Amino acid sequence: MDINDVRGLGSVFALIAFIGIIWWAYGSSRKQRFKDDGDIPFRDNTEMPADDDKDRSK
Amino acid sequence: MSTAFDHPEYNYKVVRQFAIMTVVWGVVGMAVGVLIAAQLAWPQLNFDTPWFSFGRLRPLHTNAVIFAFGGCALFATSYYIVQRTCRTRLFSDTLASFTFWGWQAVIVSAAITLPMGLTSTKEYAELEWPIDILVTLVWVAYVVNFLGTLAIRKESHIYVANWFFAAFMIMIAILYVGNNLAVPVSLTKSYSVWAGTVDAMIQWWWGHNAVGFFLTAGFLGIMYYFVPKQAGRPVYSYRLSIVHFWALISIYVWAGAHHLHYSALPDWAQTSGMVMSLILLAPSWGGMINGMMTLSGAWHKLRTDPILRFLVVSLSFYGMSTFEGPMMSIKTVNALSHNTDWTIGHVHSGALGWVAMVSIGALYHLIPIMFGRKAGQMYSIGLINVHFWLATIGTVLYIAAMWVNGIMQGLMWRAVNEDGSLTYSFVESVEASHGGYVVRVLGGAFFLTGMLIMLFNVYMTTRDAKKEAAVAAHA
Repeated sequence: MDINDVRGLGSVFALIAFIGIIWWAYGSSRKQRFKDDGDIPFRDNTEMPADDDKDRSK
Repeated sequence: MSTAFDHPEYNYKVVRQFAIMTVVWGVVGMAVGVLIAAQLAWPQLNFDTPWFSFGRLRPLHTNAVIFAFGGCALFATSYYIVQRTCRTRLFSDTLASFTFWGWQAVIVSAAITLPMGLTSTKEYAELEWPIDILVTLVWVAYVVNFLGTLAIRKESHIYVANWFFAAFMIMIAILYVGNNLAVPVSLTKSYSVWAGTVDAMIQWWWGHNAVGFFLTAGFLGIMYYFVPKQAGRPVYSYRLSIVHFWALISIYVWAGAHHLHYSALPDWAQTSGMVMSLILLAPSWGGMINGMMTLSGAWHKLRTDPILRFLVVSLSFYGMSTFEGPMMSIKTVNALSHNTDWTIGHVHSGALGWVAMVSIGALYHLIPIMFGRKAGQMYSIGLINVHFWLATIGTVLYIAAMWVNGIMQGLMWRAVNEDGSLTYSFVESVEASHGGYVVRVLGGAFFLTGMLIMLFNVYMTTRDAKKEAAVAAHA
């Protein structure tokens, strides 16, 4: 086993990791959770004290 | 910089400082850009003065727009976004203040040393070693402050924009230090520890990732917060953002070799750089599509909201230049485009169209908030619209001129007569480029005029806000 086998394994590992990320991101049991995470920018609506930016869009 | 606008929970002071300086350095950096574009069209503008010549002012322009304008935009937005999406104050106000003043000191040092001709000669890494050390100190403070803020967050999930910012700052730290390793021989002169082909590869490992992480990942962080906020709806697919984040950051680091096609770099390394660049189209367009689709159902807002227009057009330019880039990395295409103005056009379609426009959109949203107003409530919305059209037309003029020049130069350089001799001398291709250079000056001037209008609009916004605050304090 030489250095090139290690390099090859590195590529295989990267591919497995990437497939794992897709599985994790698109798994149906996590659908709602990621939908909620996308709302994070809107959870904190006080840009300034006593400010509500909900009426920002005229 | 009145304390009247300070937020009880968040550190808005550092955001405000960086936001204002983004506009100021934007004007300065782009003004130098227009000047050197004019020097290429009319070389007499060098005035036979060494410190005023293109060779010294060009790195001043690139450093000013990338690190002063782009850098301040990244500091301002990342500090703002991390606090608001973690719902906590910055980890350290002292470190925040140090990053602001330290970064301004770096910029001023660059503005002094580069025209003096003090340079390490590495592209986008010209600063000499004492300034490099200051950059590193500021950067470490930035990383500690940012990651420290993530560590004390009150929101359990780390929002995707912060992932992009974290990747950008960690990778830039590694690449900047790696590429700038040098042996100093005096206070103003050093020699790189890298040599020959390895030096070239290390240089473009840095150079292309200055694009990939500084100018892409960081600005995608901006996109993932400000596009949803300005459109008033969450990002189209949060799950796509996760996949495209990991794909983008793991592939970008491999693409630098495409800057060294047909060089002394081993052929396999050139080809792998090309293949990685081609793959890069997928994660790049993942981000572009995710940003664009966030608008679905809200497209009508583009009619009335010039800030949103800036953000959406920036994504269009991002999509366009991330298609053009992989195409230019194909070796046979690169044989035509390399060393021509096409490359300059490509860079500016990304830099003006994507990086500058997304920053400008974010700043128009952000700056009013920094002065106690609602998001996007600038002094004049009409002037934002004027700025938008100046920026868009300026960018299109610039890149169209460079496409024409670049392809023409590439074709002229490779044209051969029947007996095998070259059809054109080099200087004939320079002469033929003159028209394009003049159009470029015009495009740059359009873009710069837009920035001057922005500076005025920002000034008037702060003036009005201070007046309002003074009245409120008296009442």
